[in-house]
Amino acid sequence: MTATAAPPGREVGARGARALVDLVFRARELSLVAALAVLVAVTAGINGNFLSGQGVEDILLNTAILALLAVGQSVVVITRNIDLSVGSVVGLVAFVTGDVLARGAGLVPAVLLGVAVGAACGLVNGLLVSFCRVPALVVTLGTLYVIQGLDHYIAHGRQINAVDLPPALLALGNGAVLGVPYLPLITLAVMLAVGAYLRAYPSGREFYAIGSSPEAARLAGVPVRRRVLAAYLVSGGLAGLGGVLWLARFGTVVGDSANGWELLVVSAVVVGGVAITGGVGSVYGAALGALLLTTIGSALVVLRVNPFWQQAITGALLLLAISVDRVLAVRVARLLRKGGRR
Amino acid sequence: MSAHPTLALAGVSKSFGAVRALRDVSIELHAGEAHALAGENGAGKSTLVKTLAGVHRPDQGRILLDGEPVVFTGPADAQQAGVAVIYQEPTLFPDLSVAENIVMGRQPRRSLGRIDRAAMRAAARELFGRLGVDLDPGRPTRGLSIADQQLVEIAKALSRDARVLVMDEPTAALSGAEAARLFSVVEALREHGCAVLFISHRLDEIFALCQRVTTLRDGQWIASELVAGLTHDDLVRRMVGRDLGALYPKQDAAVGDVALKVERLTREGVFTDVSFEVRRGEIVALAGLVGAGRSEVARAIFGIDRWDAGTVTVDGRELPPGSPTAAMGAGLALVPEDRRQQGLVMEMSIERNIGLTGLRSLRRGATISRRAERDRAADWAARLRLKFARLGDGVGVLSGGNQQKVVLAKWLATEPSVLIVDEPTRGIDVGTKAEVHRLLSELAGQGIAVLMISSDLPEVLGMADRVLVMREGRLSAEIPRAEATEESVMNAATRRAA
Repeated sequence: MTATAAPPGREVGARGARALVDLVFRARELSLVAALAVLVAVTAGINGNFLSGQGVEDILLNTAILALLAVGQSVVVITRNIDLSVGSVVGLVAFVTGDVLARGAGLVPAVLLGVAVGAACGLVNGLLVSFCRVPALVVTLGTLYVIQGLDHYIAHGRQINAVDLPPALLALGNGAVLGVPYLPLITLAVMLAVGAYLRAYPSGREFYAIGSSPEAARLAGVPVRRRVLAAYLVSGGLAGLGGVLWLARFGTVVGDSANGWELLVVSAVVVGGVAITGGVGSVYGAALGALLLTTIGSALVVLRVNPFWQQAITGALLLLAISVDRVLAVRVARLLRKGGRR
Repeated sequence: MSAHPTLALAGVSKSFGAVRALRDVSIELHAGEAHALAGENGAGKSTLVKTLAGVHRPDQGRILLDGEPVVFTGPADAQQAGVAVIYQEPTLFPDLSVAENIVMGRQPRRSLGRIDRAAMRAAARELFGRLGVDLDPGRPTRGLSIADQQLVEIAKALSRDARVLVMDEPTAALSGAEAARLFSVVEALREHGCAVLFISHRLDEIFALCQRVTTLRDGQWIASELVAGLTHDDLVRRMVGRDLGALYPKQDAAVGDVALKVERLTREGVFTDVSFEVRRGEIVALAGLVGAGRSEVARAIFGIDRWDAGTVTVDGRELPPGSPTAAMGAGLALVPEDRRQQGLVMEMSIERNIGLTGLRSLRRGATISRRAERDRAADWAARLRLKFARLGDGVGVLSGGNQQKVVLAKWLATEPSVLIVDEPTRGIDVGTKAEVHRLLSELAGQGIAVLMISSDLPEVLGMADRVLVMREGRLSAEIPRAEATEESVMNAATRRAA
């Protein structure tokens, strides 16, 4: 029996399908940028102050922490899990770090402590999800309340004041280099590092493999539990860093900072194109999602729209993003079937 | 041949709950030898494969690598030991590219330990070249046909430079040319000292490729012997070991009016232009490979999925698309493929499960009558010879075969005129299997039209009055009982348009 030559056109069809799929995935990031551009242009057209140096700086500062959390969250979501405890972790870390600094601790040990506390929370989440096999939604909903309770217990109604904090920390939160504030630069660096790791390293690709098909990952010898644990450690650690940055930015902190942020973070991730069912998406998209949500918030303030609308618009955007994903998924699936070999 | 087998199982037993999948099974895989594993569906072949792959750990017995006992704590250990496995059902990552699927876990690296994507794609292309297939390594795996997914699996296993290559029905979805290519590649690997374990339901392939064959029956080791001295009949006798007629008690029934008529039914991208009819008293089998669209047609007929074009008529009444309620009202019943997920509420009792389809008829006033529910369950349990302790027990404690009887009872209680059964005997022990077959035959005798979806070829050939074969979403053949053979059905299921 001789092998027959492949009929021409097969490869071309497959290439076409692949180009389209690439385009669709990149299109998510492109369409976010386009939406941002339209939003900024319209808002600036109505109120010129929107694009003033101060306005832009405010948006970047407000985005920085949300985007940082979104980067951590997307690592977890890519493995087909979720971390709802990040808001509570930010609150706890902001207060604890502030507390030890106010008592005279050094800046570097305090920052490290903050990140370590966050990572410890991530460790608890990760162990429960990966080794005890409890559904992530339940685990992190539980730790959300436990960590919040811990935060309130430690704070005990007290408040951390900016005057008690070292000036170097406050400079980190509000200073800038060449006109660009530090905070977004830190987020950018973290995003690029995590993004490169997920894309270019074998262990990074395993996060996608797990989210795409946990069973196939197990059969392929991927250390599923270790990777899921690592995802929660990253998410927790970045939430810890987020808590330190929160303290640096606002200076004055009470016991419930970032309360309710977990849902905002998840929204940013989903709007940014990370599939809630795992396996698809990038940290760049997630960070862009955070930038878009923050910009909408600022634009509505500038346009003097009732703040009530901000939440409604965030929700509508979320539904839009998910609907678009669904429609695209169906289209792409149909095209891939056609673009196969036969 | 070296003194010790490269990989061996010695006296391995493995149970899943009450089901004893393997009982004291031994097998030796030698370097440079292709070893066939023969046995019917449910004989324990896949369990043996998963034990070699480190997915299952034996309850008893040992795994020997080069004569030394080893423990595989997971698939990674087995891979480390040089075992590559091609599973029966492809296990791929749909969102990742074809090339990534192949090299997952062993990606080529460039500077700073980063993945070398160009080398990765080149490696995939080279493997596809050896296999003589033309797949784009850069496209996502999602949307590939079953045959192409199987080829990706094969490329994945080849890329591991394995010492032991295990193939569980690798050719089930392949064309003749693709299978021939695979065999020449496997032959080359074997000559380089690779030990091969090969499973196929096509006996010709076993005789062409393998030097030795081990036969399993109902989880037990029957024989390990050289292929050279064997005939087809010898092998079949070892696999079956009993009178085939007893397992397939098909009685001839009087064929009546058309009960189910399906005309040009199409669900875009899933199945196309499917037309057939089933008469009262007939058992019609719907055969084909996994993924050919058989279950999807059944789901559409029953109204679970909508269809885009065509009609479904039951006893002369046309059904609206997408309405299971209307389908049930018209006299259709569907026993689904996955009884644990779709057929039963595992936490509920036997009587409640049987009562689920007739809650209205069990109503006395506004509430369900427990007594009516119990009477109905007791009646059906007796008619189907269900083995149980109490009707109040959860269905989870029953064996697979008895669970299937509960699903059948649940649907038979609706007194259907058309019964669709999807893989009615998958994972059921031989004794109960024969009972399910007897039951289906009786039902046909009572004038019910039976449409049976099955991947079990002997079952299809033993039970069906007519065999409809599907291939890639289309009906490719209709074969009357007299002309239905393994070859004619498999050809219709795998043959490709030129």
